[in-house]
Amino acid sequence: MSVAPPTSTTDASAQVAYDTRWKRFLDCIALRQPDRMPVALYATFWLAKYGAISCKQLMYDYEKTRELSERVVVEFDPDAYSPMLFASAAGPSLDAIGYKQLQWPGHGVGDNQPYQYLDSEYMKAEEYDDFIFDPTGFYLHTYLPRVASAFEGFEALPLFPGMHYFRLVAGIRSFANPRVRRALEHVTRAAEEVQRFSEHHVTFTKRMAALGYPPTNGITSVSPYDFIADYFRGARGIMTDLFRHKDKLLAALDKAQVFLVRWTVKSAKSSGNPVVLIPIHWAADSFMSDAQFRTFWWPSFRKMLIGLVEAGLVPMPLWEADCTKRLEIIRDIPRASCIYWFERTDMVKANEVLGDVVALRGNLGASLMTTGKPEDVDAAVKRLAQDVYHKGGKLILDCAFGIPDETPVENVRAMFAAARKYAG
Amino acid sequence: MSDLTDREKQLVEWLADMREEDALPLATAMLAEENADPLRVLELCRNAMDIVGKRFEAGEYFLPELVLAGEMLEKIGAIAKPLIQNKPGTAPRKLGKVLIGTVHGDLHDIGKNIVTFMLDINGFEVRDIGIDVPVQKFIDEVNAFQPAVLGLSGFLTLAFDSMKETIEALEAAGVRKNLKIMIGGGQIDDAVRSYTGADAFGTNAITAVSLCKNWLGATA
Repeated sequence: MSVAPPTSTTDASAQVAYDTRWKRFLDCIALRQPDRMPVALYATFWLAKYGAISCKQLMYDYEKTRELSERVVVEFDPDAYSPMLFASAAGPSLDAIGYKQLQWPGHGVGDNQPYQYLDSEYMKAEEYDDFIFDPTGFYLHTYLPRVASAFEGFEALPLFPGMHYFRLVAGIRSFANPRVRRALEHVTRAAEEVQRFSEHHVTFTKRMAALGYPPTNGITSVSPYDFIADYFRGARGIMTDLFRHKDKLLAALDKAQVFLVRWTVKSAKSSGNPVVLIPIHWAADSFMSDAQFRTFWWPSFRKMLIGLVEAGLVPMPLWEADCTKRLEIIRDIPRASCIYWFERTDMVKANEVLGDVVALRGNLGASLMTTGKPEDVDAAVKRLAQDVYHKGGKLILDCAFGIPDETPVENVRAMFAAARKYAG
Repeated sequence: MSDLTDREKQLVEWLADMREEDALPLATAMLAEENADPLRVLELCRNAMDIVGKRFEAGEYFLPELVLAGEMLEKIGAIAKPLIQNKPGTAPRKLGKVLIGTVHGDLHDIGKNIVTFMLDINGFEVRDIGIDVPVQKFIDEVNAFQPAVLGLSGFLTLAFDSMKETIEALEAAGVRKNLKIMIGGGQIDDAVRSYTGADAFGTNAITAVSLCKNWLGATA
């Protein structure tokens, strides 16, 4: 496998530490035995609890969030950390863009609550044809103004395909439309804030590299089905589309698969890290039948996985909820090419079915981490070490979905201590 | 239900088989053109939903079927219900009252809505008080509605503490004693049930229906 290290560092000892940690990930991906069971640190709003600040401060105070992220990595000494700053300090960017699909501290939820996605129908069923025919046009004229106020005014942009010769010259007149001008100015201001946000992220990543810590992944992406379900049709829409608009849904999935691969490859390459986290929302056992999963969910995602692997990337789907019934189906991927992170799927069972094909990540449960005691966490890590890692499973230890926001700090300490105690 | 005509059987079958494009025109024709008794049509819908529920329980149907069934029922109900006004005393007897809501801090409602729908079609009188429900509102609604069962829903891990606070407040207000409390959501398990002080937990709508039926002595 030719997977480049995420970022390099100039200090020789830090470089060795960095390479040693990253090699554990690479060994797991390649299904080789690592020198010890790697442990990943994935945190979002738990950082607020750790640093005794509000969720709102975590979202808005770049410096504080950076400082806390560094402190947490140094204290717990993981083999890799999630891009914490990017996942939490998005407040100023969300404000700047006027983002409508989330509610966040100070914008719809309390100062001490995490952001929450607003499930809604962001694309109507009758708009499938527009989306399928010309996704870019649909984005510009319809979708973007609908989901972020910075783009309000883009409805007045010209229809680009068809512009030609003097019609092209005349066509750009729309850019002088006051609504379009206001929108372009708004987007530019928002982009400047996002640029500041990104610079903080890059600074943090470099600082971590200088201390010898690689990030688990550079970017996050989405499966085609979840993309259409969560961000376009909404929960009710997608579930009824399985009956009312089957063919259009399948066509949209085909289309989305192609541009999601292109988008993901481009973004991941520019991040410098080959691992792509893909949270999976709609594959759970209880969300659809086996036949529906095989028809609607899996084919486009499998194509996407293959596309990413062929581009030299390492997809890391986070299979949320319980996906036990899907294990045999999702086994059908190139060997030693992905990391499968499971939330509630039993890891022992996952290793039995998938252990010879794919690296595993997870999965200390949310209730255990938040309501359990350190000795309970210790026992759960021991079980995973004994029944998965020492049975040959290439397991990267983590919580079921990162560290839950309310987790007592002593439980996180117990998790990291137990990993060293039971698996090197 | 008394003997069904062929058309009535057809309606039940099409509804249960998710054949919306056939079932809705048939139900509409029966109600609007053939002057069918709207209560009887709703009873046919209930029969169909029983089949849907059984198929869900058997692992043949999943959430998409429940959601589509709910939408078909809504559409038929919208035509049938205005036709049954002024017929007092004809409402079917309910098995018992269930109050349900998503606890404070949590805005998720997909699971709660499906549980509400399943309880409703299984004959319970359900009052859904929405999302991000403050503790005091639960207390007020319990006092006003007098439910036998309270369902607390939550998807985020922050809901664990919200559920615990809500149940403690119900106890402090003296209304916990005769109330069965079930909690549900994607992250819920027995450890959370124990932590919050709830009587039972579930991660799907069928469990909620079974719990309510068991508690209220109805045939499961």
